[in-house]
Amino acid sequence: MIDLAIQVGQTAKPEATLFWILAPLSVAAALGMLLVKKAVHSAILMAFVMIALAVFYIAQGAPFLGIVQIVVYTGAVMMLFLFILMLVGVDSSDSLTETIKGLRPTAITAAVGFGGLMISLLGRATLGRNAVGVEAANAEGNVQGIASLLFSTYVWPFEVVSALLITAALGSMVLAHHHRIQTRPTQRELSIQRFRSGSLANAAGLPAPGVFARHNAVDVPALLPDGTAAAASINASLKARGDVLNSSVFELGNIDTSVEEEK
Amino acid sequence: MNAANYLYLSALLFTIGAVGVVIRRNAIVVFMCIELMLNAANLSFVTFSRINGDLNGQVIAFFTMVVAACEVVVGLAIIVTIYRSRRSASIDDASLLKR
Repeated sequence: MIDLAIQVGQTAKPEATLFWILAPLSVAAALGMLLVKKAVHSAILMAFVMIALAVFYIAQGAPFLGIVQIVVYTGAVMMLFLFILMLVGVDSSDSLTETIKGLRPTAITAAVGFGGLMISLLGRATLGRNAVGVEAANAEGNVQGIASLLFSTYVWPFEVVSALLITAALGSMVLAHHHRIQTRPTQRELSIQRFRSGSLANAAGLPAPGVFARHNAVDVPALLPDGTAAAASINASLKARGDVLNSSVFELGNIDTSVEEEK
Repeated sequence: MNAANYLYLSALLFTIGAVGVVIRRNAIVVFMCIELMLNAANLSFVTFSRINGDLNGQVIAFFTMVVAACEVVVGLAIIVTIYRSRRSASIDDASLLKR
C-alpha cells in the first residue's frame, strides 16, 4: 500500500512555493467571503479564489482548464454576478441578525466536523499502486489530449451538455422577460397628464438635484429660494436606499448681505 | 510537497462554501458559495487526474464548469425574478409557501 500521493508528482520546488503562497491566500479569501458584509466585496474575494484555482490548474498540468477557468469563471460568471448585484442594488448587504436560532454555531460545528472528517480521510487514503503524474498523458499536448477524449468517449455527454446550455439560455430569457401590462405612455400623454393634475408646481418637470446648493452631485437636494431642501429633486430610489446626503450641510444658510449694503 | 495537499485545499474550500450556503442570507452570496463548492470539487478532479495520470478527470472538470455556467444563468434569472416581485434578495423573504 502506498500513500495516496506520496510519489505522485513529488512536485518540484517552485510548485511547492507557489502552493504555499497561494493556498493560504485563497483559503483566507474564501473565509473573507463569508465574513464581509457587502455582497460586492464577497464577489471580489470569490474572483480572487477563482484566479488562484486557475493558477493551481495550470501548475497541475491542466493548462486548458486553467484558461477556461479564467475565461468562463472570472470572465463570464463573475461578471454576471456583478451585473446582477448592480441590478439588485449594490449595497444589498446582509442583515447580520440570526433568523434561525442557533444556526450559526451549529453550522460552524458541523462544518468543522465535516472538514475534519474529509481531511482525516484524505490523510489515510491509499491508492494501492504507484501514482503517476499527468506528464505522459499530456505528451501530445493537453488540449489535444482532452479533445481526443471529448470527441470519442465523451461525445454523447458533450452533446447533452450543449442541449443543456441552450435550454439554460432559453430558460433564463423566459424567466427574466416580463410583460408590460399597460402600453407605455407617450410624451404627449405625459405632458397632458402633468398639466391636468391640478397643481402646476411640477408642470415644468421636477427640479434637478443640486440646484443652488453648494454641491451639484445627484445625491444632494436642490435648494428652494428660501434655502431649504427641495425633496422632489432627489431620485426616489436613492432616497429609499438612504443614499441621500444631508442637505443642511450644503445649504447656503444666512446669506451675508452686508457687502451689498455697503455699496 | 505532494499532490495530496491540493486535495486538502479542496476539502477546506468545499467546507467553507458549505458553511457560506448555510449562514449567509443574501441569495447572491449563497450562490457564490455554491460556485465555490463546485470549484473545490473541480480542483480535486484535476488533482486526481494528475495522480492517476489520466485526462478523464480534467474532462469531467470541464463538464462541471459547463453545468455550473448553466446553473449560474438560471439561478441568477430566478433571483432577478424574485427581486422584481418582492424587492428583496434575501433568502428569508422568499417564504411564501410557508404560510
